[in-house]
Amino acid sequence: MSIILDRNSKILVQGITGHQGTQHTKAMKEFGTNVVGGVTPGKGGQQVEGVPVFNSVAEAFGKLPSEKRPNTQIIFVPAPFAKDSAYEAMAQGIKTIVIITEHIPVHDAMQLMAYADYNKVTIVGPNTPGVISPGEKCKVGIMPAAVFKPGRIGVISRSGTLTYEVVNAMSEAGFGQSSCIGLGGDPVVGTSFVEAIDMFAKDNETDAIVMVGEIGGTAEETAGEHIVAAGIRKPVFAYIAGSTAPPGKRMGHAGAIVLRGKGTAESKIRSLTAAGVNVANIPSGIPMMLKEAKL
Amino acid sequence: MKLMEFRSSELLAKQGIQVPKGVVISEPGKLEEMNGPVVIKAQVPVGGRGKAGGVKFASSLEEARKNAGTILGMEIKGHKVRSVLVAEKLDIAKELYLSCMVDREAGMPLLIASAEGGMDIESVPEEKIFKTHINPLIGLQGYQLRDMLSALKLPKEQAGQVSDIAKKVYACMLAEDAELVEINPLAITPKGQLVAGDAKVVIDDDSMFRHPEHKGVEEDLTPLEKEAKEKGISFVQLDGDIGVIANGAGLTMATLDALGTMGGKGGTFLDLGGTDDPEKVKQAFTILKKANPKVILMNIFGGITRCDTVAQGVHDVIMKEGVNCKVVARIKGWYEEKAREILKEAGLISAATMEEAAKLATKISKEA
Repeated sequence: MSIILDRNSKILVQGITGHQGTQHTKAMKEFGTNVVGGVTPGKGGQQVEGVPVFNSVAEAFGKLPSEKRPNTQIIFVPAPFAKDSAYEAMAQGIKTIVIITEHIPVHDAMQLMAYADYNKVTIVGPNTPGVISPGEKCKVGIMPAAVFKPGRIGVISRSGTLTYEVVNAMSEAGFGQSSCIGLGGDPVVGTSFVEAIDMFAKDNETDAIVMVGEIGGTAEETAGEHIVAAGIRKPVFAYIAGSTAPPGKRMGHAGAIVLRGKGTAESKIRSLTAAGVNVANIPSGIPMMLKEAKL
Repeated sequence: MKLMEFRSSELLAKQGIQVPKGVVISEPGKLEEMNGPVVIKAQVPVGGRGKAGGVKFASSLEEARKNAGTILGMEIKGHKVRSVLVAEKLDIAKELYLSCMVDREAGMPLLIASAEGGMDIESVPEEKIFKTHINPLIGLQGYQLRDMLSALKLPKEQAGQVSDIAKKVYACMLAEDAELVEINPLAITPKGQLVAGDAKVVIDDDSMFRHPEHKGVEEDLTPLEKEAKEKGISFVQLDGDIGVIANGAGLTMATLDALGTMGGKGGTFLDLGGTDDPEKVKQAFTILKKANPKVILMNIFGGITRCDTVAQGVHDVIMKEGVNCKVVARIKGWYEEKAREILKEAGLISAATMEEAAKLATKISKEA
């Protein structure tokens, strides 16, 4: 098993004719991902990397044979149109959506997440490198496939390059990954640390969980509390970036009222440590700790 | 993007919230008349202006001009005061607090209210602060307003007005694509009227494509940060002496942290992003050089971006324009061997790991 994606994932690429869409459709297919179609309004009938392009998601559903009907969508369209693309996918019943697009307005993201929640749709991102399950030969995202190796560690991260750094160090040390999910670097994202931890906890091909967090927000603190409350028994390891970063922009008094001292690297590390999580102080500390834990 | 008080007040007034009458002036002589006592407030994109002496009162035109002149000559946290707001001095019987902000964890706007507003709002105990999430699909509901009023224990005469203002604060947040709309204090005058005594609105930078009216607003940036922003480079100036450049915000932060563990201190946060465009690399190094670091630490992880093309860009900038300090480079990933050769040719000091690079850079910064 793996989380979010598996061998049965059939991918529709929204924004397939753009530079990023085309480049990563090629890379996803090379990895083994089953890309069944792409959508760009006005470009229907074309082919990108051997993948048929449709004018709309509805048209893709109408024209693709039933065994090729998509169940997962990846979005590359520019920020002003990303929300619309996700709604279009939901209208056809797609239940898993990965949004690569960055700079989506936060109010669009909030509305989108509320509607996805209402429709029981899983959103990953926005501003995420995506999701990859190396053993399942499925990658829905933009991450460099070469750094990933099949294995039994689940990785959850808020960042891009830093994830590759940590995963690469893990792979070099012999610790492959069951799945790796990039939650996205934006303030409001779909799948959270808590949800991803629960998925890995249930996954019988995942032995341990690695979290890569960073300053801002309180998602890591919440994850720490959840690990205790839900009695997560698989070992969890973490690295939190930003312990030397200056305090970010102050969100008026409201920010202080809501955060009450949370949100700093120190607060995150404290919360995770209290939950029994092993926190590394440098990225390469993660594989060292995995080794010590004899995983 | 944090708006200044007068712009924030204008946005509240647009929704029909009462704000003090006032004018914004850039020269004391421009103040022509006043009807009663006024407050003169520096318009700068940073907080803490009261403590810095940027807020003064006056009861005559002469006094107002004199105080405006004093404030206009000030510099507050590195920002020259270019304008002041001269507004009617409010008669305040009671101060409330009201705001609406993006709660990133809930993924929803959060309405916050307290009957104990004013300067010390942050030390008001939790139980005296009312909070309710607004589901963006259905908006602010009547029951939430009733809950707010019963928590605030307001007299009947003000209850209706406060409800109305809460609705308008949320409307303002939506209309302006704001991350925060905050009124503190929300003043109750002796006559029982509610006026927004001070306002703070933070606009979502990512919404700028549909809010061209906010372009060019003065922000809390150093001149070098401003230059970087104009060039589309993600850059923050810090108080250390090691110039850090990496690709990806997370990796850049991790590099700064690695320096911290070695006893070094980063002077810049420069996120090159996923680019290997030679022009962008050149611009990034130009900004870095201007920050005048004792040593530059470059940390590149090439996943999608090829290491050798980034290295070539760096090589060309250094060979052509030179660099006034040593550069330690750690480059890892796709085509890393070729990248190392290219960087060696440009005279860069190569390190195998992030820790080694941080250690070397720290050592050089202490010797320089």
